[in-house]
Amino acid sequence: MIEVQNVTKRYGQTLAVDDVSFTVEKGEIVGFLGPNAAGKTTTMRIITSYMPATAGKVKVAGYDVFENAMEVKKRIGYLPENPPLYLDMKVEDYLAFTAAINGVDKSAIPREIDRVVELTTLGDMRYRLIRKLSKGFRQRVGLAQALIHDPEVLVLDEPTVGLDPKQIIEVRDLIKELGNDHTIILSTHILPEVSMTSERVVIINKGRIVAEDTPTNLMASLKSGETVQLQVEAPFDDVKATLETMDGVTSVSLDTETSVGENICAVRVDSEPGKDIRKDVAREVVNKNWGLLELKQISLTLEDIFLELTTEEEVQA
Amino acid sequence: MRNTWEIFKRDARSYFSSPIAYVVIALFIAISGFFFYALLSRFLNLQMQAMMQAQQMGRSITINVNQMMVRPLLGNMSIIALFMIPMITMRSFSEDKKSGTMELLLTSPISNTQLIVGKFAAAFALYTSMVIIALVYPVVLMIFGNPEIMPMLMGYLGLLLLGAATVSVGVLISSFTENQIIAAVGTFAIMMLLWMIGWLGSGSGAFSELASYLSIIEHMDDFTKGVFDTAHLVYYASFLFVAVFLTYQSIESTKWRG
Repeated sequence: MIEVQNVTKRYGQTLAVDDVSFTVEKGEIVGFLGPNAAGKTTTMRIITSYMPATAGKVKVAGYDVFENAMEVKKRIGYLPENPPLYLDMKVEDYLAFTAAINGVDKSAIPREIDRVVELTTLGDMRYRLIRKLSKGFRQRVGLAQALIHDPEVLVLDEPTVGLDPKQIIEVRDLIKELGNDHTIILSTHILPEVSMTSERVVIINKGRIVAEDTPTNLMASLKSGETVQLQVEAPFDDVKATLETMDGVTSVSLDTETSVGENICAVRVDSEPGKDIRKDVAREVVNKNWGLLELKQISLTLEDIFLELTTEEEVQA
Repeated sequence: MRNTWEIFKRDARSYFSSPIAYVVIALFIAISGFFFYALLSRFLNLQMQAMMQAQQMGRSITINVNQMMVRPLLGNMSIIALFMIPMITMRSFSEDKKSGTMELLLTSPISNTQLIVGKFAAAFALYTSMVIIALVYPVVLMIFGNPEIMPMLMGYLGLLLLGAATVSVGVLISSFTENQIIAAVGTFAIMMLLWMIGWLGSGSGAFSELASYLSIIEHMDDFTKGVFDTAHLVYYASFLFVAVFLTYQSIESTKWRG
């Protein structure tokens, strides 16, 4: 549905997007993940044919975004980073306007407004002036605007920014629901959001794609080992000396982030992949007659993957 | 066509729901009303003198109301319009650029031309409503005197043409910046320049001819005399066309610059 081929975008000397390629299949939800200024918004603006790429090709539903911009624009619903709202309009009038400029039949407009108001649970807010709405409701009006012409493709730039936790859950559920019959590409820098909503993740950093896979696969492929965290009532030097000699342990370090009481040390023990050392560690600690206060395995989160990928890139550069 | 109409409707509604429209219209009517009053008093004074002269000398002098009142009034109104229009057009594209709605407009399936024409028409509609209110002056003159109607109508047509050209410049300038103040001041500066360039046209030679041809006010003059010359129509039309063309280029280039 969306084909991005070797897209590069420069602003003067600055390289915003560097040779990015990926595809989104029909009906897929793809999460576009990256730190701020990674090139997410630029890529989305190119897909929505808001701006042309410096090099490369983008096709949406088979139409080139540059040569057939009108056809592409008809098929895309776009929620930019800042919802593009006219503050001096009522929600209903605003939606009627966006419906009209997106080519919705005049007779169908009231029905379409009812539909998106219900989808985005705007309720009675539809009669209010947009200026009077809170950030969360404004965001939803922006989303309603993107849905008004029932587009095949939805491009959502940070759709949950500024919402309260309850609203975030509602919007995520809505995105998942829309994913049944829409192709969706959404960007975010909030990691759990991607694993919750998306079937596939594209991680972008400094204008380049650094990883592209399902959230589960990403976590599996990037696991470079297991980590066990424990709190022991003993001097760290002794703990380190003992645990390092154990079979399968690659490193033992003091976890300075966790604050603990006197005589207690928080320790991170890394081991070879696929090896569960928890039992051995526990036995060793008990044998030494140290007080074992806590022991848990840390699984690699998307957050770790993200950090790993984006910081690795920095080292290379 | 529908898209142009929708853009027009939205912008026009936004103009009339903000206080700016009413402030601009009120200012225009207040200032032109002052000139109307001042010119009328002068006219009545002159007429009084003429009547006294006629009694003393036994011959009557007629004072032409079109010559003495309507022409200077239209001249003044065209200058006031140059001051007022930048305040109307400063929002045109600047506000969309600032609030981010430009992104909505440019990712919707509407063409740049539809967008520009819609926005231009909305600003021009506000100006036109201002000029229509100012029709009260000829109406007053017609009730209490007997001016010639054609020159007055021509003068108002001239005002509309001048306004259309000025609005197109305002829309162009507002497409350059997201700052409304800069848009207003920029438009105002250009219009001042296009007015004052005519002052260089008093001499002879190619340069002064060019200067007076370029002057946006010079072309008004014949209209206030009641003369309809297609040359002036061509001037305003080409002015409009160039401004719209440049606006189109400006919108396109925003896309490239990002």
